[in-house]
Formats: sequence, C-alpha cells, structure tokens
Amino acid sequence: MNSNETNYNVQPPHLYPEYKSTIFRSPTKPLMMVKEYLKDLSLPAFGESAIGKFDNDLTKNARKNHDPIGERIKVSGKVMDEYGRPLRNVLVEIWQANAAGRYIHKEEIHDAPLDPNFLGAGRMLTDNEGRYQFFTIKPGAYPWGNHFNAWRPNHIHFSVIGHQFQHRLITQMYFPGDPLFEFDPIFQSVPKHARELLIAKFRMDWTEPEFALAYEFNIVLNGKSKTPFE
Amino acid sequence: MMDSNKLQLTPSQTVGPFFAYSLTAEQYGYNYNSIINGSLINDDTEGEQIYITGNVFDGNGNTIMDAMIELWQADAHGNYITRYPTAHNTFKGFGRLGTGTDAAHRFTFKTIKPGAVNGQSPHINVILFMRGSLHQLYTRIYFSDEINDTDALFNSVDAERRQTLIAQRKEVNGNTEYHFNIYMQGENETVFFHL
Repeated sequence: MNSNETNYNVQPPHLYPEYKSTIFRSPTKPLMMVKEYLKDLSLPAFGESAIGKFDNDLTKNARKNHDPIGERIKVSGKVMDEYGRPLRNVLVEIWQANAAGRYIHKEEIHDAPLDPNFLGAGRMLTDNEGRYQFFTIKPGAYPWGNHFNAWRPNHIHFSVIGHQFQHRLITQMYFPGDPLFEFDPIFQSVPKHARELLIAKFRMDWTEPEFALAYEFNIVLNGKSKTPFE
Repeated sequence: MMDSNKLQLTPSQTVGPFFAYSLTAEQYGYNYNSIINGSLINDDTEGEQIYITGNVFDGNGNTIMDAMIELWQADAHGNYITRYPTAHNTFKGFGRLGTGTDAAHRFTFKTIKPGAVNGQSPHINVILFMRGSLHQLYTRIYFSDEINDTDALFNSVDAERRQTLIAQRKEVNGNTEYHFNIYMQGENETVFFHL
C-alpha cells in the first residue's frame, strides 16, 4: 500500500447506503488513476481585494438592527499540506445554520426561526502562517429526511481552495462531544479512525474573555505544496 | 507503508443541499456577493467565446438540482492564469455554478475555448459536488471538434468510455455551445478521476 492509499483511507466511500442520497449519486465504476497527468496543475490564487471587511465575521456581516441571536464563538485554525507546511492565501469559505438550526436557503423548510441579523456565510484568505479565523454563532442541530427522526449534529461547512488541483476540499467541522455523532450517517461515513479529524478542539486558551469561546479546526490538504511562498 | 512524516488528511464531507447562499450567492439571489461565478471571462478576453452547458443526471435518469460544478481551464494560448482576479488580464479561468436556478437544472458557463496545454488536447477540468456525494469528483471536458486521440490522459481512458468526456459542439441562436452532460451512473456513466 503506498502512502497515497493510506491517506485516502481517511476519506468516506462514494457509496454509503446509510446516507440514502449516495445510492443514486455515486459512481459505480472505479475511478481512473490519473494523478500523473494532473499533479502539476495549480488552482487559482485569490487576491485580498476579493474579500470584504466583515466577510470573516458572521456576527456582523448580515447585521441589520441587532446582533444575531445565539452563542458567539471563534473558530480558527491552520491550513497545511500533508507535510505540515502552512498554505498561505488559501480561500476558505464557510456556511452554516443559525443558532436555531435553520438555514437561510430558500428550499429549507425546517420549522425553526430565521434570524434577520444572520446569514451564515463567511470567507477569508489564510495569512502567511496558513491561519484563518472566523467569528460566528454556534449553529444548532436540525432534522433532515434521511430516515425517521434523523438529526444532523451541529456543524459548519468548509470549502477550501488550496494551491494545487488536488488541494480542493469541501468538508464539515463538528463540535466536541456531540451526542448525535453515533446517529449521523454523514459523520459515520468517515472511517472510524479518522472521524476525530472533523471535530474541532475546544481551546480555553484561545477564548476572548467576556466575549467568545474558541474552537480550533486545522485542515490538511491532499498532497505537497509546490509553492509555499510566492 | 505509512509515511510517518505525513499528517492525516482532513476527510471530505458532502457539500449538502444548502451551499448556495455562501458559494453561489449571486446566482441564487442571496444578498452576498460572489467572488466566483459562471463566467470565466470578461467581454474583452481573447479567444473564441463559447458556452458550456448540460445537466447532471442521477442513477434514475433524473436531473440533479443541487449539484455544484467548478470549471478550471487555460486561456486561449494554453496558459493557466493562476492569479485571480488579475489586474492585467481579464481572463479568470475558474468558474462555479449550482444547478438549482435553471428550470431544467442546467448549468451554463460562459468562457472561451482553451488553448492546448503542453501537447494535450484543449480541455477544461471539472470538479463536481452535490448532496449525496461524500467526496468531490473530478472529470474533464474535451471538445467534439478537436483531435483528442493524441491526448495522453484521454487515451488512458477505456476506449468505449471516452465519449463521456467529449462535449458536443452546437450552434444555437448565433452562439457556440458545447453540450456536456454528466451521468453519475448507468450506461453512459461519466469517467471520473482519482487524484
């Protein structure tokens, strides 16, 4: 087994029947191994000018007349390649439900209140040490239609565009100790030994006193970075 | 053997059904600007202007209305322009659309025909996400009016499945469209890549 296959073992399978939507949406034929043809392909590097002033503060970026309702938190961490080298200038985009477990998405029908002061979307570029930091509201759990009485654990969606083509990642960050982990097929789709990689660490030492509790979520992208510095 | 110098990768999770207000907000009419959209060019970008359009189909033959597609391509000279957005060049080369705003769940990207890169046939890289997909899928768009059988990646695909990578050129209302459907399963299942 080469190291690439070892790494791949942290990934969920394409077909995971307990997550019902995978049944008709996952490929049935083996994927083609084409790494040799695409290993040198870069992804676009986004400029700081693309990012708005409050894009990384979800407690402010949709504020109309009040602060959003819910527990204010700080979520921060580092984006690295698989050798632990920090990746700078990586576009990190996030989205999440509000404190009541309601997404603002138009197709969402869960009977929980929207918050007029909260959108639930944010983005930023990592700094020279590969770091990102968001302020947001702790998302609530919400029910979904996968099976009877199915509920998603609290989570924040992350989209990450790194330097190399194989650095593209979309994932979900969970919170420590969530009692819904054992009932959630999306979380359970990840091999058991790798599930902790999706759970943020509570960081008392990173809290903002009198303001917000802090969570650390580090992200490791597939493959080596050719261009840690521009 | 496990390479002990390597960190464990962050596992992938599904994009889910509710990505639009963050990742494709302008397309879906949310009050949040988009850095990335369905146009890979500006009007003065050099090259032959084209549209890439199609559907994503599930294993039952139904169109998928909550997929997200990203395209990444070279410019008309076959160069990848990695600075986005660029000050001196209006070409972006990277685009993103959801399939939830068109009544027929089509995606339609506006771009230019890419030039050939390092002896490869002209092509566009595709990254595909959707509810029900736990890990992104990669594929490539080649063009029906180009010579593709000299392309090493294209040739490495089983001969009977190569046609799933070819977009069909059509002239529609004075525009050049390339039609490229993505089939998750079935007889015409698209060839997907592992990186």
